[in-house]
Amino acid sequence: MGQLINIRNLSFGYSNGRKLFNGLDFSLEKGERVGLVGPNGAGKTTLFYLIMGLLRPESGEIRVFGRPRENERDFSEVRQRVGLLFQDSEDQLFCPTVEEDIAFGPLNLGLSHSEARAVVRETCKRLGLNGLEKRVIHRLSGGEKRLVALATVVAMNPECYLLDEPTAGLDSRTTERFLRYLREYADTYIIITHNHEVLKNAADRIYELREGRIEPFSL
Amino acid sequence: MHLEEFAEGESFFHRLDPRVKLLTLGPYTAVIAVAHDPVVPLAALVLSSVMAVVAGLDRKKLLNRLAAVNIFVLMLWLFIPFGYPGEELFFAAGPLTVTKEGIVYVLTITMKTNAIVVATIAMLGTSEIFSLAHAFVHLKAPGKLVHLFFFFYRYISVLHEEYSRLRRAMKMRSFRPRTNMHTYKSYAWLVGMLLVSSYERSRRIYNAMLCRGFSGRFPVIDHFSLRKHDIIFGVLMSTVTITFVIILTLS
Repeated sequence: MGQLINIRNLSFGYSNGRKLFNGLDFSLEKGERVGLVGPNGAGKTTLFYLIMGLLRPESGEIRVFGRPRENERDFSEVRQRVGLLFQDSEDQLFCPTVEEDIAFGPLNLGLSHSEARAVVRETCKRLGLNGLEKRVIHRLSGGEKRLVALATVVAMNPECYLLDEPTAGLDSRTTERFLRYLREYADTYIIITHNHEVLKNAADRIYELREGRIEPFSL
Repeated sequence: MHLEEFAEGESFFHRLDPRVKLLTLGPYTAVIAVAHDPVVPLAALVLSSVMAVVAGLDRKKLLNRLAAVNIFVLMLWLFIPFGYPGEELFFAAGPLTVTKEGIVYVLTITMKTNAIVVATIAMLGTSEIFSLAHAFVHLKAPGKLVHLFFFFYRYISVLHEEYSRLRRAMKMRSFRPRTNMHTYKSYAWLVGMLLVSSYERSRRIYNAMLCRGFSGRFPVIDHFSLRKHDIIFGVLMSTVTITFVIILTLS
């Protein structure tokens, strides 16, 4: 199996002319737990968007699961197998109730209603969200929203996670719950964070993204 | 911001299938709206009030909402009774006379308005907005309209929060609205910021939906099932509506 994500010679700039990447190389192997740091505006989130096909590169190659990904159809398979957790949970949760939101992905993947319900139950159990299923999303607390957002990604059963500052703004208890989930159930992921505690706990290798290049980083 | 203040509860109306509510409310309000004599509106007002009692609506909140509607009705009371052609009741001032027909006409409008608003709150207000959206899907309403309705509800409180945050930020720096260019400009910026940030938010939400396999169709997890009391209510409401139609055609 080997390399899950392999990026070669990637260039990307925003339409306002700001060049973010110029010949970026990066790869992620199965079973790797990678931390990604870097100054604000370095392009960490953009890199995730490029991997998921939400943005398209100017040049370079993005291979995910061993195949080059170029068009919408290539990326729709990537999106089923890679789970992206957004920085702002408010963006990720758009259904009215917790249950609907967690079931949204599985139903899109073609699961039946009873199967989707089973996925919701199992996911809530794993994340300790039992009892929240029928709650209305916009009345959840910030920490609950983040865990539910993670649940919506987990419900797709991804082979790899891209986590964009997942613990920013969480209290230590919720952070611990989050990390515990990662330890127990996630073996391959890239986690963007500024929190050194989280990096120590959740990442085997750390990279820094700075001025369009990715380099090994040590705490 | 609380948009569903009537939706919490356990009354008969809270348990009713929202599809039945939507299907029966439409014709009921239509008949009331086209009625031209006071009999049907009066009967409807009584019936709607009974619904409000059965639904256990909070009296104060209900009166609050009715007050908002009746401000418009009050305007009609200020103009229509005077000079409406008909039997003169008493002389007001100059050429203005209050006629019996005028009074009856405004009274009819008042009863119609209140009957319709009370019935709508008792029937639709007691369902959560999302179950109404579901019901629309099941009733084959156009998908885009249902999405619009539902996203509007899901994000209006987020928008309102964003608005309050900007307002607070302005207040923090001693902004006090006055009648001057500075105030207008600041409000224009506030509205502009809201537009830009909601546009960007909508793009992020769309991305999030793409990431979870969205392909233009919203899957629905809960399904409604008609129960006995839904059918009984449907039959009752239809009977009432048909009776109203008969009264209207006979008179």
